[in-house]
Amino acid sequence: MKPALDWLDQRTGYKKLLHEALFENVPGGARWRYVWGSTLTFCFAVQVITGLFLWLAYSASAQTAWESVYYIQHEMAGGWFLRGLHHYTAQAMTVLLVLHLMQVVIDGAYKAPREVNFWTGILLLLLVLALSLTGYLLPWDQKGFWATKVATSIMAITPFVGPALQKLVVGGSDYGHLTLTRFLAVHAGFIPGAIIAFIGAHIWLFRRHGLTAKEPRRKPDAPFWPGQVLCDAVACLAVLAVVLFLVVRYHGAELGAPADPSEPFGAARPEWYFLFLFQLLKYFPGGTEIWGAMVVPGLLMLVLAAMPFIGKWKLGHRFNVGFLWVMLGGVALLTWLAVNEDRHNPDNAIAVAAAERDAERVVALARSPDGIPQTGAATLLRHDALTQGPKLFAKNCASCHRYDGGNGLGGTPTGKIGASDLKGFASREWLAGLLDPKQVDGPHYFGGTKFKDDKMVGFVKKDVAGFSAEQKAQLQQVIVALSAEAGLKSQRVLDAGDVAIIDQGKKLIGSAGVSCTDCHQFHVADADAVAPDLTGYGSREWLVAFITDPSHARFYGKDNDRMPAFGKDQRLSTQEIGLVADWLRGEWYEPEKP
Amino acid sequence: MAHSSPASPPPDRRDFLAKAAAVVIGSALAVAAPVAGLVVALDPLRRKSAAGGAVQVASLAALPEGGEPRQFPVLATRVDAWNITRNVPVGAVFLQRLKGGAVRAFNASCPHAGCFVGFRADKNCYLCPCHNSTFATDGQVLDRTSPSPRALDELTAEVRNGGEVWVTFRNFRPGEKERIPV
Repeated sequence: MKPALDWLDQRTGYKKLLHEALFENVPGGARWRYVWGSTLTFCFAVQVITGLFLWLAYSASAQTAWESVYYIQHEMAGGWFLRGLHHYTAQAMTVLLVLHLMQVVIDGAYKAPREVNFWTGILLLLLVLALSLTGYLLPWDQKGFWATKVATSIMAITPFVGPALQKLVVGGSDYGHLTLTRFLAVHAGFIPGAIIAFIGAHIWLFRRHGLTAKEPRRKPDAPFWPGQVLCDAVACLAVLAVVLFLVVRYHGAELGAPADPSEPFGAARPEWYFLFLFQLLKYFPGGTEIWGAMVVPGLLMLVLAAMPFIGKWKLGHRFNVGFLWVMLGGVALLTWLAVNEDRHNPDNAIAVAAAERDAERVVALARSPDGIPQTGAATLLRHDALTQGPKLFAKNCASCHRYDGGNGLGGTPTGKIGASDLKGFASREWLAGLLDPKQVDGPHYFGGTKFKDDKMVGFVKKDVAGFSAEQKAQLQQVIVALSAEAGLKSQRVLDAGDVAIIDQGKKLIGSAGVSCTDCHQFHVADADAVAPDLTGYGSREWLVAFITDPSHARFYGKDNDRMPAFGKDQRLSTQEIGLVADWLRGEWYEPEKP
Repeated sequence: MAHSSPASPPPDRRDFLAKAAAVVIGSALAVAAPVAGLVVALDPLRRKSAAGGAVQVASLAALPEGGEPRQFPVLATRVDAWNITRNVPVGAVFLQRLKGGAVRAFNASCPHAGCFVGFRADKNCYLCPCHNSTFATDGQVLDRTSPSPRALDELTAEVRNGGEVWVTFRNFRPGEKERIPV
């Protein structure tokens, strides 16, 4: 072994290099306060390695970025772990950068002759923040998409070059494939390359000027190896332990629903360490954003960069330390304000809940037998009744109707209920309520409509209320038969078991005893029918036709209350009406229970 | 700050524990990220290609009895990592209707290196344009010096419903003497 190593040493001189690296003098001996630079180098190495492996599976395009990250996170063995490691190490790096900066400023390590090293450190800080910013977009989820959109829009306010700069960064006028290819190249190529170069310069300069000892020195000088190496290794291990805890605790990094420029996202927030900038921007009225986005942060960085000069004055070092504390305090305060504001904003809670719901749903859809189409996972949500139904309902129906007392999305509409509550529409329970004398004119059914005192309500309140036990039993059969017309997924088993009752009920609907066909049409054409057709009542076809045009002769005709003809008037597309109908009927993909 | 005088290396064994601990911890730190990455990088080894059932490839009417082989695309469900796409080309087959009515099917990939072979009507043989492997109409290697290690990969073909040609499409590992499904 030794001859081989000697051979190598003669040709490379590695032993001298190793000796210099390991036996660098540590004035005053090893100390914990010197570990930050090493922990940062370790984190950067982890980021390079995990990033390269993530790159093996990542695909930068608008139709494949989210999809490939989904595949890493949910399908590949250990993918969630690798992604989590990359994600949380990035967060750790930001924290460590701040700690390193604090140690350097407090210990006065920025002073002559270390000015240039201090500046390379500040550049490294900015480069790492740029890594975070670019990496945030790459999963192409709603959160990253909207947050980065805000960031690049702010970039556009840069004087003179703003719009051109934004276009160059985004790769065009709008977000798309080129945004991702450019962000990936910057995130995984340009910035890491620059960081490696600057770390090289940083370490070289550090070695050139030696370590800045914290006075008073507690112990005699000692070499870097093994005392300080051990301190550094333990600190890196502690960082890794915290990162691993977070990775396991949160099962990798969060992945929101795929980016969709047509889907507003109220929960758009930057990564937590940029929240202070996000909050700062709120205080600058329209037209003055440049102060919050560029001038103030720019001035702060300028003061930071000028610290080596300020430090030369008598009270300069104290000023620098005080300035750093005030700046970090301000950042902490703004971050807390941002978090606190969100915490007390009910709209934010709803937006976050909706974001989580969509994120969970799209994974279920991606795992369905149909998988992800080549048009991308965003189309899965766009065509999903469970996702779109409540949104369409809240926007178009909830001003009159209710769904389980709310607007379908969990919110409560402000206006008075003006039409029926459609949760469970056409189910046996829903129809039983409709035909219940105590409920028919209540808010759940006709109470808020102009039919409150109309024939149907009168029939239920007078005739049905006086039904004999036998008639009540017949009414039950009518309910079962009418509900079976809908063919609801939730009642499929019940309907299949009640064939005889359904047949009997169908006959009863046409009989004089319950007299439905006095006003309604049922399977037999009836030109005199004045109330909605009961043929196929609540079926998809029936609901779509009804929402399309409730004033059609088949439904309410000229007696229609206030319901707009959503399809006929082109307020909603056929597809959107279908999604509302499917949602009301409970027709959507459900993953099989394991 | 001026350089302090360099400290001399500590005597052996004095810091043995510190050194041992530094090496152990350092090694753990060094392997964490590469191991996490390698596990993910090796994920493709866990995945098996889904062996599809028979798919309809052509109609019998497109194959004259005793005629020369014709190439048809095979449309099936393609699972490509996260994408599932139905009814898309996943490969191609040569179909030939023999005298007597039976249909013979070959995977159009050359068993040598996976290029698509073509049928040369003038020489009544299959020819691979990449490395000039030639195959007879029964799929056997024509030339002893042919780079292909085996005959064309024959696939199960059957006629259903009177006029539909269904083929059980499979790919086999190229470059092997034996047919090994992939």
